[in-house]
Amino acid sequence: MPEPEPVIVTSDLRRTFKSRRGAVEAVAGVSLEVLSGEIFGFLGPNGAGKTTTLRMLATLLPPSSGEATVAGHDLRRHPDLVRQRIGYVGQSGGADPDVTGRTELQFEGRLYGMDSGQARRRAGELLASLELEACADRKVKTYSGGQRRRLDMGIGLVHSPELLFLDEPTTGLDPQSRARMWEEVRQLRERGTTVFLTTHYLEEADALCDRLAIMDHGLIVAEGTPDALKRAVAGDVVTLGVKGQGEAALQLLRSQPFVREASLDGDLVRLYVDRGETAAPALLRLLDTAGLELTTLVMSRPSLDDVFLRQTGRSLRESQAVA
Amino acid sequence: MKLMRDTWLVFGRYFSIFIHNPAWVAVGVLQPAIYLLLFAPLLKSIAHMPGFPPGGAYNVFVPGLLVQLGIFGASGVGFSLIAELREGVVERLRVTPVSRLSLLLGRAMRDTLTLLVQSLILVLIALPFGLSIQPLGMLVVLALVGLIGLMFASISYWLALVLRDENSFAPVIFTAALPLLLLSGVLLPMSLAPSWLQTISTLNPLSHAVTAARAIFLGNIANGNVGLGFLIMAALALLAVAGAARSFGRAIA
Repeated sequence: MPEPEPVIVTSDLRRTFKSRRGAVEAVAGVSLEVLSGEIFGFLGPNGAGKTTTLRMLATLLPPSSGEATVAGHDLRRHPDLVRQRIGYVGQSGGADPDVTGRTELQFEGRLYGMDSGQARRRAGELLASLELEACADRKVKTYSGGQRRRLDMGIGLVHSPELLFLDEPTTGLDPQSRARMWEEVRQLRERGTTVFLTTHYLEEADALCDRLAIMDHGLIVAEGTPDALKRAVAGDVVTLGVKGQGEAALQLLRSQPFVREASLDGDLVRLYVDRGETAAPALLRLLDTAGLELTTLVMSRPSLDDVFLRQTGRSLRESQAVA
Repeated sequence: MKLMRDTWLVFGRYFSIFIHNPAWVAVGVLQPAIYLLLFAPLLKSIAHMPGFPPGGAYNVFVPGLLVQLGIFGASGVGFSLIAELREGVVERLRVTPVSRLSLLLGRAMRDTLTLLVQSLILVLIALPFGLSIQPLGMLVVLALVGLIGLMFASISYWLALVLRDENSFAPVIFTAALPLLLLSGVLLPMSLAPSWLQTISTLNPLSHAVTAARAIFLGNIANGNVGLGFLIMAALALLAVAGAARSFGRAIA
């Protein structure tokens, strides 16, 4: 099977903003590759540089330095050619509130060179597949958050681009609308569209992305599939309650080959293991053989927050709460 | 050609928004209409004073009112651009291959059309009061108002791109427009002014537009003043459009 072609390749992409307080390097050298047909995510706290990077790749912001090839064309030299092949959905969309959804889709189609018949048909297709037929002929300002986001996505997809940029696609949506958006994104991948999204939601990055890059302070601090990232850094956490015999249990288990780290917290033995699902039966057998009484067992899978914490020393959840 | 096609598309979009919101047209005519109904009658008593131009109160006042409409009506278009910048509409359009220049021209065309409709309404309202105008004169005056509108709309869009915020935009527009208005003889003809004020007013290009408009309403279309007024406004409109186009090109490349 042929290797998937990279749809985006960047090399030391940078963007500096001049403000009254001096120059701020929002993107401090990003080099990445996004493969055709994958959902690639940028995860990081607010202010990490995700949106700035995305806007550079979508030709909205010129890079201060660095190179990039997007959808087969040089970003800095031929942004007009890049625009023919990408779609973009910004954080607040871009639909005019005083216009109907259908009108927006048709107008967008015509901007890409469709004649009015083609544009009308394409708008009809998108309205149907995004379940917007009920509100198609009402003004956008009457739409719910979920409808609005689906319309925004439709606008980005009018010309069937091979690459779609989504900036924080589900921010502000209720759980149901969010799940719906995730389905839409997965369907895009089914149809062969490459998706590049930014998010500060751990669950979103975990559930949706084939590969992701974690960004902090303008740099990529970790990159890979969600599973690989989690395994490499954290492992599973197994917490055992061993009544009164915590010390003994600790000594027994810490030397086991599949246990990376072990610590005692009162009556609870906390173990970092490679794979919780294979470690648990082994732990039970060991404790039983040694005559130690196991009262509770809790297994927690690592999260991307653990990955972020390991790489940056901060918790993504906490920095979200503060922001 | 792509520019023409895109400009037509953009014009069509904004025109359709205009059609679906006819209230805006009425709002634009409201202020001049109030001047017409409540202020113009006061001019009747001074219409035969020395220094007051010939033609009767309304034939002197309405041309000025049309120029005022051109200035203020067109200056306000920047607000909608600021709103669009904030809503992300401009950004979304930037990602498409649409011609950047067409985004300005299409809007300006719609704004000029709105202005012409409003001018027509104003003249129609004034006719029963004693305003007299020939159909050809009407067309010529509309062309003049169109040029004024084009100039101020372009300046308004340029300013909107620079300031990007309603709170700084509004004061600049209205502070700049008021002296221009007063110095162009719109409310009261400049021939009533002391000579120092008259001199300053000749430096104001709009006073020539007002003079031209008054000449047209008197039926002197072939007057030298009319030619001068058109020339000045056409040159300024061209400059303003070119300046705004460059600014558009750079700001939303």
